[in-house]
Formats: sequence, C-alpha cells, structure tokens
Amino acid sequence: MSEPVLELIGLRKAYGALVVTDGVDLCVPHGELHALIGPNGAGKTTLMNQISGNASPSAGEIRLLGETVTHLSVAARARRGMARSFQISSVLPEFTVLENVALSVQARSGSSYRFWSAASREARLNDRAMGALAEVGLQDRAYAPAGQISHGEKRALEIAMALVLEPKILLLDEPMAGTGHEESERITALLRRLKGRYAIVLVEHDMQAVFALADRVSVLVYGKVIASGPPTSIRENAEVRAAYLGDEEFA
Amino acid sequence: MSGEAGALPLAAPAVPRPRAWLVGVVIFCALALAPLAVPFVGGNYLLLIGSRFMILAIAALSLDLLIGYGGLVSFGHAAFIGIGAYATGILAVHGFTEFYIAIPVAMLAGALFALVTGAVAIRTRGVYFIMITLAFAQMAFYVMGSLSAYGGDDGLTLPSRSLVFGSAALKSETVFFYAVLATLIIVTLALRRLVASRFGRVLQGLRQNRQRMEAMGYSAQGFQLTAYVIAGAIGALAGFLLANSTEFVSPAFMTWQRSGDLIIMVIIGGGGTLYGALVGALAFLSLEEGLSHVTDHWKLIFGPLLVLFVIAAPGGIARWLGWRAHE
Ligand SMILES: Nc1ncnc2c1ncn2[C@@H]1O[C@H](COP(=O)(O)OP(=O)(O)O)[C@@H](O)[C@H]1O
Ligand SMILES: [Mg+2]
Repeated sequence: MSEPVLELIGLRKAYGALVVTDGVDLCVPHGELHALIGPNGAGKTTLMNQISGNASPSAGEIRLLGETVTHLSVAARARRGMARSFQISSVLPEFTVLENVALSVQARSGSSYRFWSAASREARLNDRAMGALAEVGLQDRAYAPAGQISHGEKRALEIAMALVLEPKILLLDEPMAGTGHEESERITALLRRLKGRYAIVLVEHDMQAVFALADRVSVLVYGKVIASGPPTSIRENAEVRAAYLGDEEFA
Repeated sequence: MSGEAGALPLAAPAVPRPRAWLVGVVIFCALALAPLAVPFVGGNYLLLIGSRFMILAIAALSLDLLIGYGGLVSFGHAAFIGIGAYATGILAVHGFTEFYIAIPVAMLAGALFALVTGAVAIRTRGVYFIMITLAFAQMAFYVMGSLSAYGGDDGLTLPSRSLVFGSAALKSETVFFYAVLATLIIVTLALRRLVASRFGRVLQGLRQNRQRMEAMGYSAQGFQLTAYVIAGAIGALAGFLLANSTEFVSPAFMTWQRSGDLIIMVIIGGGGTLYGALVGALAFLSLEEGLSHVTDHWKLIFGPLLVLFVIAAPGGIARWLGWRAHE
C-alpha cells in the first residue's frame, strides 16, 4: 500500500486534568473515507482541531503525506493539502456564496498579493467557484450573502470551499448536523461521489450515513479509540454497542 | 495582471440603492467648484478649511482600510501624519524642498515605521492591538518632541512650501487646494481598486472570519501587515500635505486625540466603504467648526452627540444611506 495521507501517532491532549485525546493512532490512506464516531464530548472535534492545527496536542505526532506537521500553523497545513469544515458553520458572512468559494479558489491559484485588478472579474476564479457550487447544488444561491443562507446550505458551501482547495485530505466535522432530511441526503450523496477522490475523515452522528459511506470506522470514547475497523465489524462489536451505540440504530 | 472580463454575469443584487461612488463624485465636484466661491464667502479661509478637510480625509481613508476592511482598529494613525510631516519639514530645513523628493521620503518613512511597529502590533488582537498602536504612536510623539535640533515641543517652521520642479506654485492657496484635491481623488480611486483586488478580498475575509481564512491557507499576519504598511504610507502622505498646508510641523500633529478624531471620522461615516470616511471627515470637521464657534467646551457636546449617533445609526452614515460595506 502507498504512503498514508494522514497518520496520527500517539496523539494526546489534555485540558488540565481532563484528557480529551488519549493516545490516538490513526492511519488514513488515499481514497479512504474514515468515519469517526463517539458520544458527545468524546473528543472528536478536539481531535479534528489537532489535525487541522486549530488546537495543539500535548504529545504525539501528526503526519501529512509522510511529513510531520505537528507544529505547523493552520494555514501552512492547509497549503499542504488539508481542508476542513467546522462543526459550527464557518463562512465569510458578508461575502456572497460565490465570493466565498472564489476566495477559496484564489488560495490555490497564484499570488494573493495583487493589489490592482478586480478579483470579481477574474473568470478563472469565478468559473472554478461556480463549478464547485454546481457540484454541491448551490449554484442558485451564488449571489446570496453567505450569512443569509440556510444552515444546510452553509454546510454545503463549506464543502464547496474545501473542494476547490484541491485537498489531499478532507476533514468534515458533522457536515449533516442540524440539516433537514433532504439536505442531509444530498450531502450523503455528495460524499458518496467524493469518496475515492480524497482521503476523508468524517465525524458524523447519522449512523445510517456513516455505515453507508465509511470504509473504516473508529469509535472514540473519552478520548480513546476503543474500536477501529470496517463498518460491519464495528456494527457487531459488543463493546461499542455497550459504550455508545443504541441497538435501534442498527435495525 | 489578469483582469479579463468574467464569463459569468456577476449580477447586481436585486435591491437598488444609492450608489456610494455617486456621493464621492458629488463631493469631488463640490470641492472642485469651491474655489469659485472664495470671492463671496470666507476668502482664503475657505481654501484653508477645504485643504485641511481633504488632508484629514486622506488620512481617514487610509485608516478605513485598516478599520473598515481589515478590522484592525489602529489608535495610532496620527503618528503617520506626524512622521510624514516631520520628514517633509526636516528635508526642507536641509534644503530638499522638491515634492518629488519629499513625497517618497515621507511615504517611505511612514511605511518603515508601520513595518517595524506593525510587525509587533499585528501579533495582538482586539483591545491589545488598540493599546499597542497607541503606545507606538505616543512613542513617536515623544521622540519628535525631544528632537531639539528640529524645534522640540515648539515645532519646526518650514522655510517654504514644497517646490514643484523649481516652481513655487504651491504658494498659491488655490493651486495648493487643487493639488490636495488631486491627491485625494487619486488616493480614493487607488484604494477603491485595492479593496476590490485579490489582496483586498483576503483582507476583508480575515476581518469577517479569520479561522475560515486560515483554513483556506491564508496566513493572516502577512496580509494585515501589508495593509498596515500601505495605510501608514498614505497617512504619511497626508502628513506631507499637512506640513505644506501650515508650513509648520509640531508634535501636536501626532497626539492621541488626533488619532481618536480619525477613528471617529471613520465610524461616523461608516467603516468599510471608503466614501463613508470622506463623509465622516466632512461631518466631523463641520461639527467641530460649528460647535467650536458656539462654545470652547465643544467637545463636551460633541462626545454625547457621538454616542447618540453611534446608537442611532450603527454602521455610520454610509449604512444609514443603505450602502453595502465593501461594495
Ligand atoms: N478549549 C477547551 N478547554 C477545556 N475543555 C475543552 C475545550 N475544548 C473541548 N473541551 C472538552 O473536551 C471534551 C471533548 O470535546 P469535543 O472534542 O468537542 O467532543 P465531541 O466533538 O466529541 O463532542 C469535552 O469534555 C469538552 O468539554
Ligand atoms: Mg464535536
């Protein structure tokens, strides 16, 4: 197998006495969708934050394409191919939906230290952005201010912004949380299409979606990975059921 | 540079609203015609007031780049005016009176001060940024006040206004007025382009949501420091003009009160619109002028008025008129 895209080695993080990441090892090869599940407060978001650089681990190592990135800034990791969505939607509220994505395209296409020509007239940025909006089904909302679109649309917008970064790995923190049924189905369908193109780490509570999409599932409880394996084995794991999963979710 | 027309129809938002640039055109036209009124009202005093307004408007515009677009509330912007003014004055004392020497030197001095102090200040945020920019400006204030060779606290009188290729044309208040107006228009148009450029978008993005911008790979500090340096250079350009206007330079040019006045201009006008800074400077100076004729304690009236205004019209005059920021 080729070199993994993302590798976590003995990752540990404590807030005072509270250990929120407890010796986590994880390996995500190219094209794999790795789902991270666990009860609220298990430390999923904190783990994602450490991977993306929004939080720094107390110990351990994070490798991106073989390179140690443990102490690199968020921006530096992003430039090396990490893209993420946040559990709490994070967009540029005053810009239009199109401008949000165009700014993301801009991050990957030439210098942003250009002071004279209008960015809004750069067809290269706009066309690419429009393409990504079409991919996530947001093209009709292109000219709406991003602060005014629905919650589900913001989730989709975040994914579009991540896609145009041409990432090596996508980190998605509960992309379906708080979205309506239709929207979450749309995002599931989108993830199914994206699967295989990128390595993806997906934190999600929607078990149907997780088991439908994941190549591998890791279960996090109190900061520890208590089980990791293909969806079928996780589904049958008694410890996992006891610790976390309600039986009705597997009906 | 790539400025090819977009293939997409970049549809204007549906709601029609007063175009901000129209206000700019109106202000510029009114200014261009103002000297015609000199024989009837105010005499040269009118030109002096007009020049002073435009000079402070230039400084306010550059501060709007920081506050309105970058979210960087600098409380030390008067320092750049002072540095530009002192650069001009000191050069003049030593016989360098050509504008084409004074302007680049003044702007470079402002840019350099911005680069050095900004590199420290930009590492802080919010209130700390306000405090540290204030501290650096106070430092510049005291340094200039201690330059006994250049007048110390008493200031420095310029031997003359800057020369234009050997000519003393700027001696004429009318010519000087138009030179300032031309500078104001150039600065306004250049900043309009800047805020709409790739760089301008990044700067605004960082104000709206730094976390998101960093997740895209933008390093905040480089962009913010660049904006700070540009604003510093333009502030120093205003200082060059101010020194020429009064033919005098003193540490009083760079008091923290002046920095505060500039912030107030941006806030009254509405940050993040540029034309708002123009309107804000005009409103501020008119109020100052009007109230100071009524009473010496005009600031006692002005302060509460300002608070009321900010409560009544958050977003300033610009938002009041329905302009969208960063339009
Ligand atoms: N900045 C912080 N300071 C202290 N405790 C934190 C901080 N961030 C998260 N936590 C704690 O860490 C634990 C894990 O949180 P989180 O990663 O958000 O869990 P999850 O995403 O799995 O619901 C929680 O108990 C939370 O209260
Ligand atoms: Mg979470």
